[in-house]
Amino acid sequence: MSDPTPITEKAVSAAVDAALAAISTAGDSAALKAARTAHAGEASPLAKLNATLRDVPADQKAALGKLVGEARGRVTQALVAQEATILAAEETARLESETVDVTAVPSRWRAGARHPLSLLMEQMSDLFISMGWEIGEGPELEHEWYNFDALNFDEDHPARAMQDTFYVEPVERHLVMRTHTSPVQIRSLLTRELPVYVAAVGRVFRTDELDATHTPVFHQIEGLAIDEGLTMAHLRGTLEHMARSLFGEGAQIRLRPNYFPFTEPSAEMDVWQPNAKGGARWVEWGGCGMVNRNVLRSAGIDPEVYQGFAFGMGIERTLQFRNDMNDMRDMVEGDIRFSQQFGMVV
Amino acid sequence: MRIPISWLGEWVDLPDDVTLEHLHAALVRVGLEEEDVHASEIQGPVVVGQVLEFVDEPQNNGKTIRWCQVDVGEAEPRGIVCGAHNFLAGDKVVVTLPGSVLPGPFPIAARKTYGHVSDGMIASQRELGLGDEHDGILRLTELGLDPEVGTDAIALLGLDDAAVEVNVTPDRGYAFSIRGIAREYSHSTGAAFRDPAELAIAEPDGAFPVVVDDTAPIRDRQGASVFVTRTVRGVDRSRPTPPWMVSRLRLAGVRSISLPVDITNYVMFELGQPIHGYDLQRLRGGITVRRAAKGERLTTLDGQTRTLSPEDLLITDESGPIGLAGVMGGATTEIEDDTTDILIEAANFDPVSIARTARRHKLPSEASKRFERGVDPAVARAAAQRVVDLLVELGGGTADPLGSVLDAAPAPEPIVMPLGLPTSLVGVEYTREQVVGTLELIGAGVEVDGDVATVTPPTWRPDLIDGPTLVEEIARIVGYHEIPSILPVAPPGRGLTRAQAARRRVAQTLAAAGATEVLSYPFVSEATIERFEPGAAAVRLANALDPQAALLRRTLLPGLLDTARRNLSRGLTDLALFEVGTVFRPEGSAAPGTDFIPLGAERPDDVTLARLADGIPPQGWRVAVLFLGDALPKQPGAAAVPAGLTEALDAVRQLNLALAVHAEPVASTHPAMHPGRTAQLRVADGAGGHRVVGIAGELLPSIAAELDLPRVVALAELDLDALIELGAAEIAATPIGTLPAATQDLSLVVPAETPAGEVLAAVREGAGELLEHARLVDDYRGQGVPEGSKSLTFALRFRAFDRTLTAAEATEAKLAGAALAAERVGATVRE
Repeated sequence: MSDPTPITEKAVSAAVDAALAAISTAGDSAALKAARTAHAGEASPLAKLNATLRDVPADQKAALGKLVGEARGRVTQALVAQEATILAAEETARLESETVDVTAVPSRWRAGARHPLSLLMEQMSDLFISMGWEIGEGPELEHEWYNFDALNFDEDHPARAMQDTFYVEPVERHLVMRTHTSPVQIRSLLTRELPVYVAAVGRVFRTDELDATHTPVFHQIEGLAIDEGLTMAHLRGTLEHMARSLFGEGAQIRLRPNYFPFTEPSAEMDVWQPNAKGGARWVEWGGCGMVNRNVLRSAGIDPEVYQGFAFGMGIERTLQFRNDMNDMRDMVEGDIRFSQQFGMVV
Repeated sequence: MRIPISWLGEWVDLPDDVTLEHLHAALVRVGLEEEDVHASEIQGPVVVGQVLEFVDEPQNNGKTIRWCQVDVGEAEPRGIVCGAHNFLAGDKVVVTLPGSVLPGPFPIAARKTYGHVSDGMIASQRELGLGDEHDGILRLTELGLDPEVGTDAIALLGLDDAAVEVNVTPDRGYAFSIRGIAREYSHSTGAAFRDPAELAIAEPDGAFPVVVDDTAPIRDRQGASVFVTRTVRGVDRSRPTPPWMVSRLRLAGVRSISLPVDITNYVMFELGQPIHGYDLQRLRGGITVRRAAKGERLTTLDGQTRTLSPEDLLITDESGPIGLAGVMGGATTEIEDDTTDILIEAANFDPVSIARTARRHKLPSEASKRFERGVDPAVARAAAQRVVDLLVELGGGTADPLGSVLDAAPAPEPIVMPLGLPTSLVGVEYTREQVVGTLELIGAGVEVDGDVATVTPPTWRPDLIDGPTLVEEIARIVGYHEIPSILPVAPPGRGLTRAQAARRRVAQTLAAAGATEVLSYPFVSEATIERFEPGAAAVRLANALDPQAALLRRTLLPGLLDTARRNLSRGLTDLALFEVGTVFRPEGSAAPGTDFIPLGAERPDDVTLARLADGIPPQGWRVAVLFLGDALPKQPGAAAVPAGLTEALDAVRQLNLALAVHAEPVASTHPAMHPGRTAQLRVADGAGGHRVVGIAGELLPSIAAELDLPRVVALAELDLDALIELGAAEIAATPIGTLPAATQDLSLVVPAETPAGEVLAAVREGAGELLEHARLVDDYRGQGVPEGSKSLTFALRFRAFDRTLTAAEATEAKLAGAALAAERVGATVRE
């Protein structure tokens, strides 16, 4: 073993210079590690100089100790700085290598969709819920009494013959596919405490062949309010509220005299659709009126005390003119492209 | 109902510049629905001409044309080529001059033909749009006309008239007449109305015997309440129907047939009273109105022999049935070309009886349409008189005293109505004058006593039966536009029901997870029922649109399969569909429905209501999903992931999430499903048992092939009502442990056929409370695992609430799980 190099400013300076040169030229983590070992490790010149301190005379110890310590500090600082530089460069390179085409990242999700008729029914239901009404329900395969007799269509009523009703075998057992949501009126009145404010939404059936404007299976919304003192003014108010929620603030309701067995007076309603594609217009929307006294009597309600109104409209028809659709078949065929243009919003 | 303007204008004042739009608007305002307009497309100049002379000129093509000189009221006659030969020199004809346009449209111009310049055209009835006659040109003498040459033929023939068509609601039978429409127009506009039924009526001698012998009235109502007969003799059958009448009838929608028949139709349209004319010479004795005997037959005017029902009301004479009352006459007594003596019938028949007969024999006629809706019983005499007058005036006949009047029509029932009722129903502050005045305006008698009016409706308004029907009259005539708008305030509500909210959540969840909602028709075939539930009872429609699909679905799956096929046929090959809907599942062998219908207008008693309820087959809600093609398509750096049972079971998991329920798959079979890839879905009932709530699996490949679907079609269907019932209404939260967890893996060797779910359940139960989470991470078979066995590896996470678990504690719990698995399914720990 040779004698250790004495600690001199020159020797220290030379070791520091060599260390800094090696560190500054280290281009990556491996080179830096080698430089660290060579110039800051246990066998590095500075470490060796440091080791000789114990043999230095006591009066020089402080000065030389400071000299070596500062030198080692500089080297360590340089190492830390260079390490940070290298890590930053390496991270930059890695990020660059990880770059992808964000327009072509594989998807692990597929888009589903609600049916717009369902969405529209839910939107209408929500409006009535917000007014404190209930949403009533009843069977689609219904007893004739609920579908006709209780609604003031007697056996020979011309309107009953006009209904294109699906009858169920055996016909003498009096079951039909409900032709409207109106049986829910009777069911609601029979099972609820007065006053009753109920809307019924659901599927109904008529023997129309499917074409661009007809479908044998379609949907209706029906409203019924029975209370003390309700008038046609309340009917109009409710319809206008509904129209504005569906067609915008400019929507209006126009009533025209008409006839339905279950209402008297009766009206046909038109809605002013202010934002219709192709210009604002009146559109036939549905039927309504003051509930016929016989309907109330069918549910055991005294028409001298209670009265109210009812209305109904087709959901398909509403969707057709509200959302500018031409062909009813698109609504029933289940082509996914149809629902997918709506997604979750109607 | 079609309303020719000129006809309407005869009975109510119309503005000089009346338009079809104006008429529609006025009539719609009082409750008639706008339907259509009918107007001639003819444009002049079309004038009366007189053929001065003509030359027959044979042509090369075998035809002989006539080169005519026609005086059209100008200085010089016009030369016109005509192909017809049914006229003589001196005949007056209709000439369409160059510049005119005939219906088609066929513009007329002077044109060169057969060596002449034809300066116009001599028109046939058909060319003018007057009728079907086209064997020759129209000779105006045929119509009994001898107008001045040069007269405007469009006005002469009524071709300048037009009609509006309105829809008449079933309660407004009176509006099926010019009389009724004129009255409504007057109500709408205030124009002066003249009642066409107000005319001088002669009393017949009563010598023509008429008996109403109704032994089987329907609903206690006599089949005929009014029966008026009148006679006209010596009608000149050479007399044509005048053009104005032909024109009005044509616009009203009926063809001209013969003067007597045209007159009966004309009076029906004008007064709303159907008229039947009999050839008096062919009648045998008097008339008896009675019900048909069972099996009795009648040959009606249309030549059809009909077997009658005991409910059919008949007109009979001594020879037997001669007409189906109010619906169609019989062949034996109809007015023929040689008829000169005519017996006129103006009767009032029971609407229900007529409606049933018309429907039974599929014979809706202009007459039955009116009787069904109610004809004014007081108009019969006037109508019969009007027919008599027209037959005398236009047909040259002589009114004969022979006839009779039978009138048993009940007087309209007075209605007592509080004067405040209109305001309290409609919400408009009507004045007393408006209420009484309006009722009087529509023809009602009104007596006011204090705050109550006693209202006697006019005879033509059988629909006015109670206060609200009178209120509608006031509301519609004052105007519906007067009704204000008030939003009523309902008592506070409670929102959607739990089930409604749950169904909506289900649909939102499935859509968000990538499935598309469809709404299928519920009609299926017998083969479909057999395929999914062999032998199951299904509801059958009596009048299905498609006899091949007359049953109601018992499950949603067939609808999804149909929809999938439709999408595939349109090139959409990767499908995720769902439907939330009802199914129809009759139970037991009892016939559905009831053998009775309770009456309307009264509440059935509770027992009756319960019987109705029992008669209606269960119609539960279900949710179903379908997946086929790729769940994930091929993408850069990612292979396609084909859809299969995974997607179906994931959908079940999504439903579990949406409904706070835990439906778990258990291997099962189903006749329509893959025997090795089908699971019954079960929910623990909390009492150690479970309920089956649905099925998930892949469609049997042979069925998929039959339906032109790909081999793998994954399906699931669940009983939504059951899921909602079993699901938690509210969640009881458990505390979350925050101390460190200990994770360990456990590999268990079990027979290959053992369901992993059972092993996992045993591990969970055996490991006890410390086991926070367990998941199957590997299923290994091969070296180191005995043949016929598999090694299942579970990742387990243990945690205690009160302490940091030691490895020893976790191991102890793990081994307890392994021990229970060993006991349950013979699992051994794989070291």
